[in-house]
Amino acid sequence: MTLPSSPHGHRGLSVSQVMRLVLLALVPGATALIHFFGWGVLLNLVWLSALAVGFEALVLRMRKLPVAFHLRDCSALLTGILLALALPPTAPWWLGLCGIFFAIVVAKHCYGGLGHNPFNPAMVGYAVLLVAFPLEMTRWSLPLGAVPALPTFWDSLATFFGGEPFFGIDTYTGATLLDSFRQREGAQLVSEFRAASPLSGNFAALGWEWVNLGFLMGGAWLLYKRVIGWHIPAAFLGALALCSAFGWDGGSSSSLGSPLMHLFSGATMLGAFFIATDPVTASTTPRGRLIYGALIGTLVFVLRSFSDYPDGLAFAVLLGNLAVPLIDRYTVPRTFGHSK
Amino acid sequence: MNAKSKTWPLPNAIHPPAHKAQSLREAIRTLPLPERLIIPLTQPGHHDAKLCVQVGDEVLKGQLLARGTVQPESLCHASSSGTVVDIAWLPVPNASGLPELCAVLETDGRDEWHRLPSLDPSTVDAATLLERIAEAGIGGLGGAGYPTAAKLSALREPHTLIINACECEPFITADEALLRERADEVVAGIGVLLRMTEPTRCLIGIEEGKPQALSALRTAVDACNDSRIEIVVVPACYPSGGERQLVYQLTGIEIAAGRYPVEQGILCQNVGTCHAIARAVLHGEALVSRIVTVTGAALQKPGNFEVLIGTPLASLLDVCELDGAKLSRLIQGGPLMGVQLPHADLPVRKTSNCFIATTEGELPTPPPARECIRCGMCSAACPAFLLPQQLYAYARGRDLEQTERHNLWDCIECGACAYVCPSHIPLVQYFRAAKGELSDFHAKQAMAAHSRVRFEFHQARKLEEREQEEQRRRERAALLKQKQDAAAAAGPSAQDAVAAALARVQAKKAAQQQESAAPQPTPQEVIQAALARVNAKKAARKAAERAAQQGEASKPDADDKS
Repeated sequence: MTLPSSPHGHRGLSVSQVMRLVLLALVPGATALIHFFGWGVLLNLVWLSALAVGFEALVLRMRKLPVAFHLRDCSALLTGILLALALPPTAPWWLGLCGIFFAIVVAKHCYGGLGHNPFNPAMVGYAVLLVAFPLEMTRWSLPLGAVPALPTFWDSLATFFGGEPFFGIDTYTGATLLDSFRQREGAQLVSEFRAASPLSGNFAALGWEWVNLGFLMGGAWLLYKRVIGWHIPAAFLGALALCSAFGWDGGSSSSLGSPLMHLFSGATMLGAFFIATDPVTASTTPRGRLIYGALIGTLVFVLRSFSDYPDGLAFAVLLGNLAVPLIDRYTVPRTFGHSK
Repeated sequence: MNAKSKTWPLPNAIHPPAHKAQSLREAIRTLPLPERLIIPLTQPGHHDAKLCVQVGDEVLKGQLLARGTVQPESLCHASSSGTVVDIAWLPVPNASGLPELCAVLETDGRDEWHRLPSLDPSTVDAATLLERIAEAGIGGLGGAGYPTAAKLSALREPHTLIINACECEPFITADEALLRERADEVVAGIGVLLRMTEPTRCLIGIEEGKPQALSALRTAVDACNDSRIEIVVVPACYPSGGERQLVYQLTGIEIAAGRYPVEQGILCQNVGTCHAIARAVLHGEALVSRIVTVTGAALQKPGNFEVLIGTPLASLLDVCELDGAKLSRLIQGGPLMGVQLPHADLPVRKTSNCFIATTEGELPTPPPARECIRCGMCSAACPAFLLPQQLYAYARGRDLEQTERHNLWDCIECGACAYVCPSHIPLVQYFRAAKGELSDFHAKQAMAAHSRVRFEFHQARKLEEREQEEQRRRERAALLKQKQDAAAAAGPSAQDAVAAALARVQAKKAAQQQESAAPQPTPQEVIQAALARVNAKKAARKAAERAAQQGEASKPDADDKS
């Protein structure tokens, strides 16, 4: 006869609940994204969720693992939702298919499944798409406010199936603020650029500032619920703010983006609270998490400012993942009763 | 004393629901005298005892039944008067599930004491008090039951006495009930310890949220009027009552890994132990009973009981009106460090502070474990600042070296990591298994080192024997040749050979004497000596060869002469 070992009680918070709380915390940001970019976002969310769960079930079956038990951890669903939130609203169906295949099948299960993947699956999927399909991946639709009206549901559906919408795709797509800001190439002062650009928004970037506030709100709630720790988001945002403060010269034509612009545009808050905090691929020690977060924040700034990619989150996170074993090795905390 | 004294909060701790109120509704109760008592004779972790009684003996309450066979020795006494009807290996509450040596006592109903003379701690010396504590069979009643006298003897340069009234595990209220009702006796026991150790201060650590116990304790402490005693209220968290954790909370001192508080002048005793010390010294009573919390949602009337050691658990559960249909598990101890029991046919032992008869609703069966997602909630909960997720990965991968490098031995098995693990991984179970494997590994390593030394010695001996055999063959051949030569013609060469042989024999004798004179050589020394002998042999052989060559060189002369 075997009897279970102590402890005999449990706090009650399970992996499935953690994942579901994270999904719930995405709601404000996702809502803002849908509000500013329309049906395309929703289509992506539905399509990628279905794909992620489908691929997960398929691979679990191939690996002869209990499908229902592992699907209940909701990790595949979360990967699908995160990738969907990162894709442009004009993404055709095959883009999502390709991304999810690389995320779930290659990045996750080829490395051993949940808990064993060294790289963030959603970011692997995103990076593969960005490298393979740069045109589709950088064709962001313009937020509500920069265009008089968002594409209708049918327009979005047509785009989703790869067709040209009735009034031409170029009428509601264009470079994002981060992109056009970099492309001003010293021709305009920051204030001139902001006055001229329809994408400037109230304080950071039209639409994106609300999206980022939404994700910040969700992230704060996760912190309050103690589902995530403060180390990674704080270090990420701190490093990004610090780097951009160094690059900001008060608004000359050669100035890099202001801290406010960096913090509240693009994928900053999504990355800080939902992607960099993926526990499997992040550092596990408190000091390691500070280093890991700061590394990603710095890399985001560097890639945004000096690379040809509009946003650097995916590559920054993947490079951070790569450094995790090293960080973990050198940040083992002092054990009680040991001198350092 | 009412001034709030400084505490050092634990950086990592958990806050499980207390479940304490249910067992504190009533005062401490007693049971009717059981007909049979099953008294465990071995102390936890040891498997033998020196018996002081035989089957059939009449014994009195408090009479010695058995002593331990290993140091530190612990004594077991009859917990009521009656007849010893059996001494056998019987199941007792323990983690291994293996039977232990027990005396079965049929009580005679008189409950007649055999008391030791009572002592006045203010007049007798510390050695007498120490002897009494040992004689009374007192062990730590808060946890592992380590003999109190041994702990006191190990104390070096005492400066701080710490009294543990934290009782941080959920469900357990034995110490709290004891303080509510018998704080004066607890403080009397503290007085005995103060008299014995003469520390500069005595800190009583109690968790917040126990107002009745605290006020009773305050009254008792005020009454004894010793300025060294100070009550320190610590935040309610788990594991605040762990010895190292409590020492840190009250003094800010981190006991070094692998060391004990007594080695640093700090004596830590549980309130239950203090109570037992007071009974032993002031009333001459051996430790034959203790306060036990019997609780859990499967009981109609949970509560605290003063129970004779050896009382069957089943009778305790009966008194508490166990609802057998609701019962899911029986646990001795708390839910975090307790041991699940296979059934209720087990006796109460000295370390039984609590029994939980729980239901599925109260302590649900954990769902199957998932993969570790490296969330790090375990390391945020670990009071030893370990990285349980890393230790788990290494333990699962059988990387024993890494488990040791990540300080597995500092794990106190408090269960905080597994309590918070969202993947429901039984981490403590892995760590216990890994510790077992590590112990085996080190034992095997020591064995291998020992075997290697023996093997090398064996090799050296064989080599020596071969050399000796070779030598003898050579000598025989040389002798034969000499004889032949002598038969042909006696020459100076033959005398040389004999002289060389004599020298060799003498050298050998001298070497042997030297060897026998050496006081008990270690295996390494033996090997070195053997190697030296071999070298000596080699040198001797070379000498012999040279002699033989010389002999041969001189032979032609002899031939010429002939």
